[in-house]
This record gives sequence, C-alpha cells and structure tokens, in this order.
Amino acid sequence: MLGVVRQKMLGQSLPKIRPVVSVLRSYSSAAKQMTVRDALNSALDEEMSADPKVFLMGEEVGEYQGAYKISKGLLEKYGPERVRDTPITEAGFAGIGVGAAYYGLKPVVEFMTFNFSMQAIDHIINSAAKSNYMSAGQMSVPIVFRGPNGAAAGVGAQHSQCYAAWYASCPGLKVLTPYSSEDARGLLKAAIRDPDPVVFLENELLYGESFPVSDEVLDSSFCLPIGKAKIERVGRDVTITAFSRMVGHALKAAEILEKDGIDAEVINLRSIRPLDRSTINASVRKTNRLITVEEGFPQHGVGAEICASVVEESFAYLDAPVERIAGADIPMPYAANLERIAVPQVEDIVRAAKRACYRSVPLAAAA
Amino acid sequence: MAFCSKNSRTIINNLKSKLGLSRLMNQGSDGCLNNTNPCRFLPLTTLPQLRNPDSYSHKTGHSFCSQRFQSTTSEQQFASLPNGEHSQELDFPGGKVVFSPEMRFLSESPCVYNNCYRVLDDNGQLIGNSNFVQVSEEIAVKMYSSMATLQILDTIFYEAQRQGRISFYLTTIGEEAINIASAAALTSDDIVFPQYREPGVLLWRGFTLQEFANQCFGNKADYGKGRQMPIHYGSNKHNYFTVSSTIATQIPHAVGAAYSLKMDKKDACAVTFFGDGGTSEGDFHAALNFAAVTESPVIFICRNNGWAISTPTSDQFRSEGIAVRGQAYGVRSIRVDGNDALAMYSAVHAAREMAINEHRPVLIEAITYRVGHHSTSDDSTKYRPADEIEWWRMARDPVTRFRKWIETNGWWGSEAESQLRSSIRNELLQAIQIAERAEKPPVNELFTDVYDNIPSNLRDQEKLLRETINRHPADYPADVPF
Repeated sequence: MLGVVRQKMLGQSLPKIRPVVSVLRSYSSAAKQMTVRDALNSALDEEMSADPKVFLMGEEVGEYQGAYKISKGLLEKYGPERVRDTPITEAGFAGIGVGAAYYGLKPVVEFMTFNFSMQAIDHIINSAAKSNYMSAGQMSVPIVFRGPNGAAAGVGAQHSQCYAAWYASCPGLKVLTPYSSEDARGLLKAAIRDPDPVVFLENELLYGESFPVSDEVLDSSFCLPIGKAKIERVGRDVTITAFSRMVGHALKAAEILEKDGIDAEVINLRSIRPLDRSTINASVRKTNRLITVEEGFPQHGVGAEICASVVEESFAYLDAPVERIAGADIPMPYAANLERIAVPQVEDIVRAAKRACYRSVPLAAAA
Repeated sequence: MAFCSKNSRTIINNLKSKLGLSRLMNQGSDGCLNNTNPCRFLPLTTLPQLRNPDSYSHKTGHSFCSQRFQSTTSEQQFASLPNGEHSQELDFPGGKVVFSPEMRFLSESPCVYNNCYRVLDDNGQLIGNSNFVQVSEEIAVKMYSSMATLQILDTIFYEAQRQGRISFYLTTIGEEAINIASAAALTSDDIVFPQYREPGVLLWRGFTLQEFANQCFGNKADYGKGRQMPIHYGSNKHNYFTVSSTIATQIPHAVGAAYSLKMDKKDACAVTFFGDGGTSEGDFHAALNFAAVTESPVIFICRNNGWAISTPTSDQFRSEGIAVRGQAYGVRSIRVDGNDALAMYSAVHAAREMAINEHRPVLIEAITYRVGHHSTSDDSTKYRPADEIEWWRMARDPVTRFRKWIETNGWWGSEAESQLRSSIRNELLQAIQIAERAEKPPVNELFTDVYDNIPSNLRDQEKLLRETINRHPADYPADVPF
C-alpha cells in the first residue's frame, strides 16, 4: 500500500487499486526500507546539523546511545554540549529545557517514556504551553518533548499509559503521533522547526518496524505539515481513525473487512493537536460511519473528541452511531494474556466496523 | 584565587592581610560556612551524652547545637597522615573515598544560622574590619532612591487594591534592599528569572512607574496584553522574564538559560529569585543539582523572609537555612544579611564574577523579613504577632538603614528625602490615573499568542465572538476596543 501511494500528495489523490499492505511491503523494491528508529535518528541528525541551536537532552541519550538507541551516534558527532546526559530528574531537565528555549535555543527533551513525563508535567503545561500566551508573545518556547508513549510489551501499569488525550487537551501545545518512518522523519523535523512547544509521542514497538521511504522522504529538507492527517487507505463504507501503532491494526482490520465486502477508509491522524477535523469530517460525510481507534483509556480520550467533532459538524451524515475502540478502563496488567486483551486488537476493530454496518457480530473477544 | 587577584583593587580590605577575603569565600575542606565554627561531625566519645543532651550542654555551658568539632583540624588530620590506618582511600566514580574506623554521623541541624555576612550595623554605620565592594555616590543615591520608590509604589498600589481599583497586589515591604542592591550589582545583560517579590529589579533596570501601573490595570499598553493578574510583570527589553504564579519553576528555567549563555560564551549570567518556601519544591533541588553538574553561570538568590504565607521556616525545613543546601549540591554558597544593601551588593557582585569567569553556580541566602502580608488576599496578623511585624517594619527597615549610611557620607539630606518622596508619590498617583482611564487590550488579543501563528479554530472563534458582539452591543463593555 505505502509503496503505491505517491508520496507527494498527502493522501488526497490516491489511485484506486490497493494491493494488500503486507504483501506490498515485501515487494516494494523501488522504495528504500527504513526503520522508525533510523528515521528518528536521521531526522535528529539532520536538524542538529542544520541548526546549531538544536540540542538533545535526556537520560541515557549520550553515552548509552539512547535508551532505545534513537540518539545513536549523536554524542560522537556533536559532542557533550549538544547531546546532554542528565541526572535523573524529569522535572529538572524539562524545566531546564524550557529555560534554554526561553533564551532562544531549541532543545529536544527526551523522556525515557512519557509515563515519566508526569514528573515534569507542570513544566510542560505551565512553563512551556502557556508561556507564549501569558507573556503576550515575549517568551516563545521552541521546545520538543519526545519519547515512547503508550503500551509496549509486558511493562506493566506504570510504563504503559497513553498520554495523547492529556496533552492534546491543552492549548498552546502541539501533539504529534507518527506511525510510519515517513511520519517519524517528517513530523520530527517539523516539530523541531516549529516555534511552539511540541509533544512528540512515539511508540516503542514501532521503533523496530520497517517502512518503505521514497527519495523525497530521505531528503534532508523533507518536512510534513503539522495538523494534517493522512488517508492511508481510501474506502467507501466506513471511516476508521487511528494514530500511532493502532494505524497498523486498522490497516489489517481493513484487509479482513474487505473480504467481507466492507471497504474501510483508514485515516492516520498524525496530529492530535491540532486535530485534522476537516479530513475526518470529509471522510465521514463520504462513508457515513465512523470508528475511532486508540490505545489509551476510553474516558475523555481522543475518540471522544473526534466523535464530538463529527456530531457537531456532520451529524446529518451519520448512518450509525460513532463507536470508540480504546484500551480497557483499567491500569495495564502485566501478564501477557491479560495485556493482550487490555489493548485493542485487530478483531475488535473488525467487529466494530461490522456493527457500524449493521452486520451481526459475535459478542465479546476470546481471551 | 582568581577572584582575589582580579578585584583586590576594588575591594576595601580593612584587614592587613587577605584573611578577610578568604573568610568571605573559604574553599577549605569544610566549605564556606563552617570555617570558624565547629563542624558537623559528632565525635564518638560524646555519644553516651547524646541520650541526655540537656545534661551535656548544661555541663559545658554551650547549647546542644554547638556540640561540634573543629572540622578543619579533623579533616586535615585524615588527609595528611602518612600511610597508616587512616590513609586508606578508594577511587570511586564520584571521587576519592576516605575511610575511617570511627563511626561518625553527620549531625542534623543546629538552631543557629551561622556566618551571616553584613557590612552595615543596625544603625547604618560601617562595621569595622568589614569587606565590601565600594559603591560610588551616584550608585548609592540611585540605590536609595529606588528603594524609597519601591516602598512608595508598594504602599500606593496596595491602597489601590483596597479601594477596588485593581484586583490584586503583592508588596515587597522589608525586602527592598535585596531587590535593589542585587539589581545594582548585575548588568542589564544578565537575565533575571523572578518569583514575584522582586519588582525592584525591574524598577532598577528602567521599568517606569507608568509601565508598572499599566500591567496592574491590564490596559492596552500592558506588555502582557492584560492576560495576567497584577504584579506579573515581564519585559524582554529589560531581560526580566515574565512572572509566573507557579512556585520555584523559574529556578530550573534559570539554569537552562545559564547553560545557553555558557554555550553562547556570553559575558552574562542568569539570576533567579525565590523565597524560603520555594526551596521545598522539587524544582529547587533538581535545578541546583543540574547547575552544579552542568557548571552553568547562574546566581540563585533566596529571600529567606521567615514566612511562606502562614508557614514559618521552622515548619518549612529543618536544615540550617538554605545556604547549606547549596553546599550540599556542590554549589558555592553564602548567607547574607538581606536588609543590608551594601552587603547584598557586595555578595551579588562577587557572585556574578565567579559565575561568569569560573562557570559555576552560586547561591546567596539573604536573611530578611516579609513585613507585609503575603498578598492582598492575606491578613498575616492572623498567624503572627502584630508587634513582631511592627518591630521589623520600624527597627529593621532596610531603607532607613541605608539612608543613614548615605547621610553619614554626606550624600543625602532631609530636603532631598522629602522632595523625592513627594515627587514619586505624585508621579505614581498620576500614572495610576492614566492607567485606569486607558483602554483595555482589543478583543482580538484574546486569541493571539496561543501559538506562534493563530490557528484556524481560534480565528473561527473570534469571528463567532464578533458576530455575537454585533448582535448584542449593549452587553459589551465600553472600555474594550473592538
């Protein structure tokens, strides 16, 4: 799928023929393959090279090459002043990053996971997000907070929460959620160049995944616009919105649905704040049915906001109630069998899409 | 030391030798504070008496708190012994570890705050054998005028709040010396990260009375576009970062800015202020730790004024004030009489040189008293005795104390005094009138600066707002431009 898509347009003018995604990936000899990890690393490298004000700060980012090896090689290339290993205090280095940004540098602050960002959330919200407004434009904060977000595999409740909804509710912040390597490169570059504070939510399980990338994506000036979603798969019957790892699940669900004659349109949100309401609504006006998918907790989640937006703008176009697929409303359990059913699975998305199409569907998932 | 050789010309040293200077910044094994005092180590032999400390202190006639040893002698002993039982050392990632067969606990806090640096006595007269940085007549008179202006500013704005003309105010009464003297010792390139009780720094740097009034009234000329409560001043051109209500968050910001200044190789430092209460916040500890590790040129100035709203320092912490905390984090620290403008000036001057030339953070603990209430939302007579407040307001007033010094030097007189006070008062009253009558910021400023560029959803909201206003013009306030 991704190999066929013309990378120039942001998903608007796609060809009608859509071969199965997984088959295409292994056959896309034309495009180069790149892991999300390498995509992030190359984006950081290029932005640091282009602008001496950009510097990286976080635990283990230097000597250890990054807790997830995202910053591999950067310490060696740029030195300890621009790749700063920090003591263990998120509140400290988030505050220090904000102070550096006030002065005019462009820090990229890494949280080992966004669960630890809760220790620094006062600085993210009160010192970064609100400062430009409170100071009436005198203090801008060109900072990026990045790191893995959401569930990994077997890391338990305190390491698995998704923070997209929390950060996206705050005006003054921009919140990005890349899925593919193209997303990772384009959005991270955009985030670093953006004068506003950006929360960049990656996903640990996506780091090792490979995606095809075109030459345009590999170019050092490549950048994706913030606030534009990407239609990963064009469809007619039901709209499925997703972000980060769930995009992969949604695409797999779309393949399964196709066999049952349901043609799903999959939207990769890419940006949670600002949310691309026009793309979502345009899609719903076309398909008349909407499923939102997210990994995080259901209450006050991203799906709730999308549902409200669609009800506000496209109510008359809905043929079925909007359904939200989200993680279970519990702290993430550790045991692998429990963890599996606490996070949305492909089957959950398939069943929801069928319900939206008024097909009869078996009740609950099997463990 | 670098500091001594560079500045010995400007430092008036009443002692014959450099002994005084080295006392100012003793880098001996025991750090800055305990050079003349017993150290923190309790000898093993006193342990039996610890069970009944009162009996011990009664015997020796000292308070229990001063049951300390001469640290210089004990530590030097260990360092200089030849290869023997005490000279075992270990090369540890953090440094050398020196072993000892004696079990010694570092004692907890004493009840005395030692080594508080002061130069002027309570009557504003120079103390003999004092070391300080000399101040010219011009600077001294400007310092005094600014301190008096700050007093009058506070009094008048406080009254304005009581009259309902502004919604909120917070005074700096009692802490004028800290505000003005520190500002005078800095340059305009040094970046200031205030808490909220430091408008004097902005005043020194040239923020006008009209600009103060504009912010308090939130009018069109306010640099903050009317978005914040009164006293949340901020001005890029004065290198004074906008006041934010959150406590102690500015401390790591200052370290970050200092780190950036170092990377830029600027001849400037970052300066941040906070109170005794702010040092309990996690941000204080993270920031000091980082500043030491990153070797950033930042000056931490703690206004230890005894009270955090209704919490006295005895309920806030149990360390020997704040200076020992700086020391604990590897930050060079000093305790200063915050109501002594000359001592504050000297300490900040010295700290700035160290911070910039040696790339190090410095902590200054300024001992003072919060004479006013915490803010206009507080009535401090509810939790502290009124006569305590009065005593500090009258007998320990830093402004009067400094005035006595400049009068002694023949640089000030009663005529100049009354002229200054009346002219500032008139200027202020006029500024308030102008600020009160001025227009408020226009309605489009409600939506700007959330992001660098105004996003489409806010543009839509503004359009909707304007349509609503057009439909109901009578309900729209007259002083907000459309």
